[in-house]
Amino acid sequence: MQLEKFSYDNKIVRNFLFATALWGLVGFLVGLICAIEMFWPQLTNGISFLSFGRLRPLHTNAVIFAFVGNAIFAGVYHSLQRLVKARMYSDVLSKIHFWGWQLIIVAAAITLPLGYSTGKEYAELEWPIDISIALVWVIFGWNMMGTILKRRVKHLYVAIWFYIASWATVAVLHIVNSIELPVSFLKSYSMYAGVQDALVQWWYGHNAVAFFLTTPFLGLMYYYVPKAAGRPVFSYRLSIIHFWALIFIYIWAGPHHLLYTALPDWAQSLGTVFSIMLIAPSWGGMLNGLLTLRGAWDKVRDDVVLKFMVVAITAYGMVTFEGPMLSLKSLNAMTHYTDWIVGHVHLGALGWNGCMIFAMLYFIIPRIFQTKLHSQKMANWHFWLATASIIFYAIPMYWAGIVQNQMWREFNADGTLTNQNFLDTVTQLIPMYATRAIGGSIFIVGVLLMFYNLYKTVKSGKLLANEEAEAYPLAKANVKHEKEHWHRWIEKRPIQMLLLSIVVILIGGAIEMIPTFLVKSNIPSITSVQPYTPLELEGRDLYIREGCYNCHSQMIRPFRWETERYGDYSKAGEFVYDHPFQWGSKRTGPDLAREGVKTGRLYKPNDWHFNHLLVPDSVSDGSIMPRYPWLLNKLDSKTLEGKITAMRKMGVPYPEGYESKASGDMRLQAKEVAKPLYDNIDGLMISDETYDKIAAGEMKLEETEMVAVIAYLQRLGTDIYPKATKK
Amino acid sequence: MLKFIKHHLDTIDGVEIFPVLSFLIFFSVFLFALIYVVKADKSHMDEMSNLPLDNKN
Ligand code: HEC
Repeated sequence: MQLEKFSYDNKIVRNFLFATALWGLVGFLVGLICAIEMFWPQLTNGISFLSFGRLRPLHTNAVIFAFVGNAIFAGVYHSLQRLVKARMYSDVLSKIHFWGWQLIIVAAAITLPLGYSTGKEYAELEWPIDISIALVWVIFGWNMMGTILKRRVKHLYVAIWFYIASWATVAVLHIVNSIELPVSFLKSYSMYAGVQDALVQWWYGHNAVAFFLTTPFLGLMYYYVPKAAGRPVFSYRLSIIHFWALIFIYIWAGPHHLLYTALPDWAQSLGTVFSIMLIAPSWGGMLNGLLTLRGAWDKVRDDVVLKFMVVAITAYGMVTFEGPMLSLKSLNAMTHYTDWIVGHVHLGALGWNGCMIFAMLYFIIPRIFQTKLHSQKMANWHFWLATASIIFYAIPMYWAGIVQNQMWREFNADGTLTNQNFLDTVTQLIPMYATRAIGGSIFIVGVLLMFYNLYKTVKSGKLLANEEAEAYPLAKANVKHEKEHWHRWIEKRPIQMLLLSIVVILIGGAIEMIPTFLVKSNIPSITSVQPYTPLELEGRDLYIREGCYNCHSQMIRPFRWETERYGDYSKAGEFVYDHPFQWGSKRTGPDLAREGVKTGRLYKPNDWHFNHLLVPDSVSDGSIMPRYPWLLNKLDSKTLEGKITAMRKMGVPYPEGYESKASGDMRLQAKEVAKPLYDNIDGLMISDETYDKIAAGEMKLEETEMVAVIAYLQRLGTDIYPKATKK
Repeated sequence: MLKFIKHHLDTIDGVEIFPVLSFLIFFSVFLFALIYVVKADKSHMDEMSNLPLDNKN
């Protein structure tokens, strides 16, 4: 057999690494702005595209898909070539993949702040971008599988299994969750509604954590930890168990995001059970990673790469213990909707993903630039800043979560809520929010040090764009091993491995979701639940555009301390026309599920809402809700007809031909909603200028977006009380 | 009202099969992996675990 000469493509690795660092910084800075807005809401006063509800999706998407995404690609392109001793399958595909992904990120960075959003967390991007993501993802998979197929190493190392399974699962998740009906170029509605939409969304959301933030990184861990430590992984056997158990269990655990909601009990329990089971493989993996360093701890002391890895793996261990605990119903009842969860995810994102990525950057960049890291000392500083900042971030959030939980459920002796005014529970948290922002800033200072250090490193070296290598080709004839085992069989067959992983995760997904889809025809729907009126529908779309769901839930759980505060707990049948669902996952502000119920505790008249949306702190002293002056703009209802038609296509029972009457109905209702505003025109928080315009008839309140939002808020939760609310 | 939350799945024929099925599938996959790992020969395991260390960069 002839030794073959070839070269590794380091340029594509460099590109992805640079993109990782750059988008990481952007994502962190946007996060910092969000963090500051939480205690100083006037920071970006009046600038629509910088308001919290629009920036938070940008922050999450940037960190997950831009920072972590590019890091995954960098790590896969770097390690895969070396593990299979082959250059990437196609340089052209590599380039399309790289630039395609960056283009998607730019599109996201433009559309999200402008309010183009599907309203589903971590999947906010609108349909044209969704399609682009699917295409670029396929390019990535094609390039990866092509490389694996032309490999010069017979067996696939465990890291590659993680890559394959991650790729396949993310493809399935993204496609299933993004099925939406376009209304216009940048507006679509989720095909699923209510409970089903929630289930699909959290099946996706949970498994995005699993198969985007976790399994690719475990693959990277199984490559880079042994590599950096110069010794093989502690137990290869354990890694096999780790792999199969993890990809199999993860896919089931999604419903733990929906405990105590209107999701069927059965699905909730399934989510809990599988979440608890997840501890075993997760900790198996963590121990496998840490024990790889046994006997090499002296190395860890001097090597910043290993230090970052140890913190990353430790953080992984903590989050994967905490996660299952938060899936226990009793603990979930306390922590859901609170800042505890924000602490939890940042332990994962900053600790596990962040530190592992920093380790990779410090490990790979000097190597491909044929030089030494500019300053070990500076990297050490980065390490300590990163570690300290995670603590500074997490502790205030956990603290805030505990305070919220305690204040939300505290009762007086006479059975009334101690903190009847939700605002009191918000103002308590300001110091913790401020401390969290300090934690985030420290993290960013560390990242800036890294930028400088890596910049100097790159300057002092020269990129080895094509790294020479040689290896023997794979023998064509597959000599059958005597006692060949099924698993050994599959280690040589990447395509079969791909298919098997898909089957494994599809089984989980299907069994979890089929019952809820079947239920649609069987559910005793609440007959009084009606489709939204055209004006309410427009208002709902504005609610989605502004990202109100980032701070408000619409899902009252069946606890006395919730029903006492918000009203009757939410029923599955109330959401059947909600495309998409807007249950939310965080209560920075109060739940709004029963906001419009006239006899309810939360009910507020139209002019209150008007003033509150314009200047929240004018009616709620110390509120941290953003001001929405731009809601005084004229409502653009050009697509209303299309929206009604789209809704009907998805089964919302608007009568045939209603789309042509919709805008007339909308105007009528708008007049009605605006009437109390005109009646109290002197009490509105509008400028003199606006006042004059209204007086002169140049501006009509009934034509503003404000009126649509108010109409929607006044509709919320009213359907199950037909008599109490209908005049 | 409680039945909206609690019992609406009862209306599906044979819904009990779903959790049972999920456990069966899970345990068989898990068992397969376990058996393999226990029976795998050491030299192959060593060979596999040394793959990342097989090149200098
Ligand atoms: C930064 C988080 C945040 C965002 C984003 C946000 N809110 Fe709020 N909201 C709050 C907080 C905190 C309160 C409680 C204090 C208050 O009354 O202002 C609140 C209160 C409310 C209330 C009063 C509830 C009641 O009856 O006491 C309504 C209604 C409301 N928000 C609607 C909205 C709408 C509509 C949007 C989107 C256009 C929105 N909020 C966006 C944080 C937010």
